[in-house]
Amino acid sequence: MTPHATPVGGRLWTPSVQLLSGILGISLIVMLWRFVFGLGATTALNDGYPLGLWIAFDVVTGTALACGGYGVAILVYVLNKGRYHPMVRPALLTSALGYTLAAIGVNLDLGRWYLVWKVPLYFWHWNFNSALLEVALCIMAYMVVLWIELSPAFFEKFQDSPIGSLRRVSRAALPILEKASLWIIALGLLLPTMHQSSLGTLMLLAGARLHPLWNTPILPLLFLISCVSMGYAMVVFESAFSSIAFKRTPEIKMLAGLAGAMVPILYVFAALRFADLAWRGRLGLLFAGDGRSVLAALEFVLFLAPTVMLATRARRHDLGNLVRAAMVMMFAGALYRFDTYLVAFTPGAHWSYFPSVQEILVTLGLVSVELIAYILIVKTFPILAGHPAAAERQAV
Amino acid sequence: MGISRRAALQGMVLGGASVAGAATASAAERPEAPSDAVGLLYDTTLCIGCKTCVVACQDANGLPRDPAGIDAKYDAPVDLSAKTKNVIKLYVEGGKRSFVKVQCMHCVDPACTSACMLGALQKREHGIVSYDPALCVGCRYCEVACPYNVPRFEFAKATPKIVKCELCRTRLAEGREPACSEVCPRKAVIFGKRSDLLKEAKRRLAASPGKYVPKVFGETDGGGTQVLYLSHVPFEKLGFPTLGDESTPSLLRSIQHSVYRGFAAPAALYAVLGMVMLRNRRAGPGGEP
Ligand code: SF4
Ligand code: SF4
Ligand code: SF4
Repeated sequence: MTPHATPVGGRLWTPSVQLLSGILGISLIVMLWRFVFGLGATTALNDGYPLGLWIAFDVVTGTALACGGYGVAILVYVLNKGRYHPMVRPALLTSALGYTLAAIGVNLDLGRWYLVWKVPLYFWHWNFNSALLEVALCIMAYMVVLWIELSPAFFEKFQDSPIGSLRRVSRAALPILEKASLWIIALGLLLPTMHQSSLGTLMLLAGARLHPLWNTPILPLLFLISCVSMGYAMVVFESAFSSIAFKRTPEIKMLAGLAGAMVPILYVFAALRFADLAWRGRLGLLFAGDGRSVLAALEFVLFLAPTVMLATRARRHDLGNLVRAAMVMMFAGALYRFDTYLVAFTPGAHWSYFPSVQEILVTLGLVSVELIAYILIVKTFPILAGHPAAAERQAV
Repeated sequence: MGISRRAALQGMVLGGASVAGAATASAAERPEAPSDAVGLLYDTTLCIGCKTCVVACQDANGLPRDPAGIDAKYDAPVDLSAKTKNVIKLYVEGGKRSFVKVQCMHCVDPACTSACMLGALQKREHGIVSYDPALCVGCRYCEVACPYNVPRFEFAKATPKIVKCELCRTRLAEGREPACSEVCPRKAVIFGKRSDLLKEAKRRLAASPGKYVPKVFGETDGGGTQVLYLSHVPFEKLGFPTLGDESTPSLLRSIQHSVYRGFAAPAALYAVLGMVMLRNRRAGPGGEP
C-alpha cells in the first residue's frame, strides 16, 4: 500500500499522553456516573431539547471531521491523483478513530443503550423510513470498513512479530486484503456518501420546528459537501500537527494541493446555501438581527474566509497559513452542524439547553482518547510517511 | 479525466442532486387513517377544566400524582411529562379564555413512528400509536420529530422509557373506553371511530354557526390526526402548531425513496466506484507527476 510509511518510534508514556490520560480518567468517572444514575443526573438534556452536545459534537461534527479518509480516498482512488497516496493512511487512522469515538458517544447518549445490539440484528423490525436507522447502520459498517482499510498497517508490523501465530495470521491476511482492497475502498466511499447526507435528512423530520434559515430540502446535500471540506481540513491539520509534533518535514506540496481542492468546495457550499435561501425567499432572515441570523451569517463568513486565505499560490504554500485556514474550515463546518442540530431546533420559548459540565467532561475525554490512540499508533505502526525523527527531539 | 472516472463523480453528484430534486416532487404516498381508526373528539366549549380526566388518566396508566403549587400539595401537572400523559391547560387572552386538553394526537401519518429505528413506536390496532419498550433504544429521535412535542422521556431513570398516551389500548382490549372520555362529566371529550367523530364535529359546526372557529383541527392538519378538536378560540392561541395538509414524513419519504428506492442507487454507485478504481489501478497512478 504505502511503501514509505514507517513507525515514528520513541517513548510512549510522554507528558502529553499522561496529561490526556488524566482528562480521560476524570471523564471515565463521569461516564460511570451517567450509566448508574441516568441521563437526567448528568446532562442538561430535557424533553424540549432531547439531543445535545454528545450528538451534535461527538457524532454529527465528529464523524464529519473524520471524513478525511473519505476525502482523500476520493482524490486518490476516484480522481486517481496518486501523489496524495502518502496521506491515505494517516487520514484513515483519524477517520477510524473518529468514527469509533462517535460510536462510543452514541452509546453514552442512548437512554436504553443496553438494547442497542438489537439495531443491527433485528433486521425484520428495521424501519426503512427512519433516517436514523440508515445513519446508525452505515456508521457501524463504515467503522468496520475503516479498520479493515487500515489493517495492513498493523499486519505489516506484525508479520515480523516474534509471536508465531500473529506472524502467520498477518502474512496470510496481507495478500487477501490487497486483493479485496478495491471493493473495500469502494464501500468506504459509498457508506459516507449515504450517511453523511442522511445526517442532514435526519433533522428535516423536525418539520416546522426546524428554523427556516436551516430548514431546506437540500440539507442532505449541504451536509455531504460540508463533510468533505471538514475532512480535508482535518487532514491538513493532522499533517501539520504530525510534522510539528514528530519533527517531520511537512508535506507542503501535497497540503497546498489539497488546499487548492478545498476552495471550490467551499464556494459551492456557500453558493448553494445562499441560492437556497434566496429561492425559498428567506434571505431576509439573514438580516433579522437576532441571534440565529448572526450565527447563520457567521457561517457564511467562516465558509468563505478560507477561500481568501488560500487564494494565492504563495499563501497555499505557507504552512502557518494553511493550518489557520484549516482551523477556520473545521470551525465553519462544526458551527453549521451545531446550528442545524441545536440552534435551528425550536421546541418553544419555554425550553432551553446548555451542556452540563459532565457532558463537556465526557466530550473532552473522548477527544483525549482519540489523541492518545493516534499518538500511540503512529509511534508503533507504519502510518506516517517520511523519516522517523530521533526520539528525544519529539515534542509529543 | 477518464470517462468512467467522470461517471463516478457524476454518480456522486447525482446522488446529491436527486436528494434535492425529489424534495420538490410531490409526495410519494399520503396515507389515510385505517377504516377502523378510533380517536377522541374534544370540544373547548364543553370543557369546564375540572381535570377529572387528568386524574383518571394517571390511575388508568399506573402513573403517580404530579404535584405542583406552593406547598406541592395539588395534583396539578403543568405540562406533559414522564409522569403525565394527559393535561388540561388554560389559555387566557384579553376577555377570551379556553381550556384545552393535551395528549398524543395519534397522527394518521406520525412523525414519531417514522423516526423510530425498530418501530418501538408504531401504528398498531385501530391506528393507535403505541409503544413497545422492548424495541426502544432511547434515542429520543421521536421527541425531535413529533410536531406536538408529545413523547416524553424518563430522564430521571437509569433504565428510562418513552411516556405517551396510547389511547388506553389495554382498556380498549378489555372492551372499555379510554379513562379520560369515560369520566368526563360534560362529555367534552368523547371516544369513538374517527369517521364518526369527524361527522359529529361537522354536525356541531353546522348546528351552531359562529360558535366555533370553522374548522375541525386534525381533519387534515399535518396529514390528519385521530384525535380531533373543536374550539371557540383560534387554534394557534391554544398552542397548536400551524401545519400544512401534508405530513413531514410523507415529504421525507419522497426524498429517501427516490435516492434509495430498492437500494438501486447505492448499489449502482458502488459498482461504478469499484469499476473506476479497477481502471485506475490498471492504468497506474496518473493525472500528474
Ligand atoms: S402526536 Fe406526536 S407522538 Fe402522537 S402520534 Fe403524532 S407524532 Fe406521534
Ligand atoms: S426513543 Fe425509543 S421510541 Fe423514541 S424513536 Fe428512539 S427508539 Fe423509538
Ligand atoms: S386515552 Fe388514556 S392515556 Fe390517553 S389521555 Fe385519555 S386516559 Fe390518558
